Amino acid sequence: MASVSTSMPAVTFTRPNPFPICFKEAKYEFLKCLRLPMYAVSIMLFPIMFYILFGLVMGRQTINGISTTVYLIPAYGTFGVMGASLFGTAATLASDRGFGWLQVKKASPMPIYAYFLAKLIMSMIFSTADVLMLLALGFAFGGVHLAPLVAVKLVLTLVSGALPFCAMGLAIGYFAGPTSAPAVINVFYLPMSFCSGLWMPFMFLPKFIQKIAVFLPPYHLSQLAFRQVGFGQSGPSLWHWESLAGFALICLGVAWVGHQRDQKAQG
Amino acid sequence: MATAQVLPIQSGRVQQNVAQMRGANKNFGEVRALVNFDFNVRAGTLTALLGPNGAGKTTAIKLLLGLARPTTGQVSVFGADPAESATRTRVGAMLQVGRVPETLRVREHIDLFSSYYPNPLPITEVLSIAGLEDLRNRRFGDLSGGQKQRVLFALAICGNPDLLFLDEPTVGLDVEARHLLWQEIRNLLGRGKTVVLTTHYLEEADALADRVAVINKGSIIAEGTPAEIKSRTAGKKIRCVTQLSLDVIRKIKGVIDVKTDRETTVIQANDPESVLRGLLSLDLEVSGIEVTSAGLEDAFLALTREDA
Repeated sequence: MASVSTSMPAVTFTRPNPFPICFKEAKYEFLKCLRLPMYAVSIMLFPIMFYILFGLVMGRQTINGISTTVYLIPAYGTFGVMGASLFGTAATLASDRGFGWLQVKKASPMPIYAYFLAKLIMSMIFSTADVLMLLALGFAFGGVHLAPLVAVKLVLTLVSGALPFCAMGLAIGYFAGPTSAPAVINVFYLPMSFCSGLWMPFMFLPKFIQKIAVFLPPYHLSQLAFRQVGFGQSGPSLWHWESLAGFALICLGVAWVGHQRDQKAQG
Repeated sequence: MATAQVLPIQSGRVQQNVAQMRGANKNFGEVRALVNFDFNVRAGTLTALLGPNGAGKTTAIKLLLGLARPTTGQVSVFGADPAESATRTRVGAMLQVGRVPETLRVREHIDLFSSYYPNPLPITEVLSIAGLEDLRNRRFGDLSGGQKQRVLFALAICGNPDLLFLDEPTVGLDVEARHLLWQEIRNLLGRGKTVVLTTHYLEEADALADRVAVINKGSIIAEGTPAEIKSRTAGKKIRCVTQLSLDVIRKIKGVIDVKTDRETTVIQANDPESVLRGLLSLDLEVSGIEVTSAGLEDAFLALTREDA
């Protein structure tokens, strides 16, 4: 048993090592969400189900000479990464804030970055699982052939999208109420997915939606992913990355405002 | 908004102060949650912050935990800023929470919080102190209200902190669960820990506290041992059944206050012996006489009424 003292408190403070904290924080954040059917099912299942229905069951079709089974991997991959990241950060943050759990964590010596890093890591794990399942289905049943390097680059591109979408999740999570958060997320998630051409090939979308899409981050992420499988518009890809980075920074700014607002309300 | 000042305060003298608030004010917009709050926590003692809901107890705890900053005034814990992570490694807190992640198991919650501290207690010891051995693999969402409170208590103590803040730890618990938690708190004091507890249960402060600070409307209106606080309300309480009217009783020397409680008459007296002599001489039929000390509850009601 550790010794106790009632005398002069020692002045030496030892700081906890941040690495085990971040690891455990991420591990339990992952387990927490994995065991939530609402989260695990809606995030993991929908992209997979859509892929099976529209990619595999509907039969082989081609878009601009590329099989839909290939086309839909970057599309639903973007959809899955976005869902995993938004629900993983926004819904959990809104709940932790609204129900006072974040206060308990803040009162502990936990470094606050561990809390946010855990959400990012957890979102990336779910995102990776999502994309890998799509690829596995495509390889097994959709006649998809991708060179290993291409597949790896596709996964990395899609999973990097967790960064801007987690930033967006923070922005939503700081302003949404604990019970309304999932609804608020869907208000952004579903229309953005549609307008970015994740459900219907971009060139089939009405012209005015195509014009809106360039302001939407899923459009940029999906364009980067499409390029990896040889489908997409020509032109430099840098501006897609820049758009995603700019969007992430704006969202972090909004989240920071929300954080300040919370601090003020609580003191 | 005025800038918050958190300065280390020199501690000294015989009994060590582990936490101090000096002239702390906390405003939320127009609302003055704490007004000129002076508060000391001595090492190895249990101090109870007692007051009605909305009195400012939780605000005081939040300032001491560094979750909120004083609008003006000073707050220090172990002579340092309570918001410093180094300070927090020596502090544990049990706060009022609406919802705790429900899909994690009891031992997982404790494992995670233990990792925040440099010298945590072994998990088996935490489970045993909080009486959670049999529930270690249970998911939080499957626990009863009392069991949930015990998990929050376990999270407060798992880092082996020297100073514990318990914000309304027994609210919503049944009598048995409350007494169990009291015993756990007493055990901590036995191990030399310092505890600050907020409560609106007078019985709780009376049962546990070395010192009580009565708070109302953001100010400390009385401070001392439970016995000292009780003595702040004068004298004794006399209950009896009598035919005398309240006005007649009120004229007896030594009577402070009279009221009826169903068929009995309740007399607040600062000189119970002379009141009893007067009562017996005026009404030969008086029956069911009962003399009791004013409880902490009476003191509390009297104090908060004076203040109002």
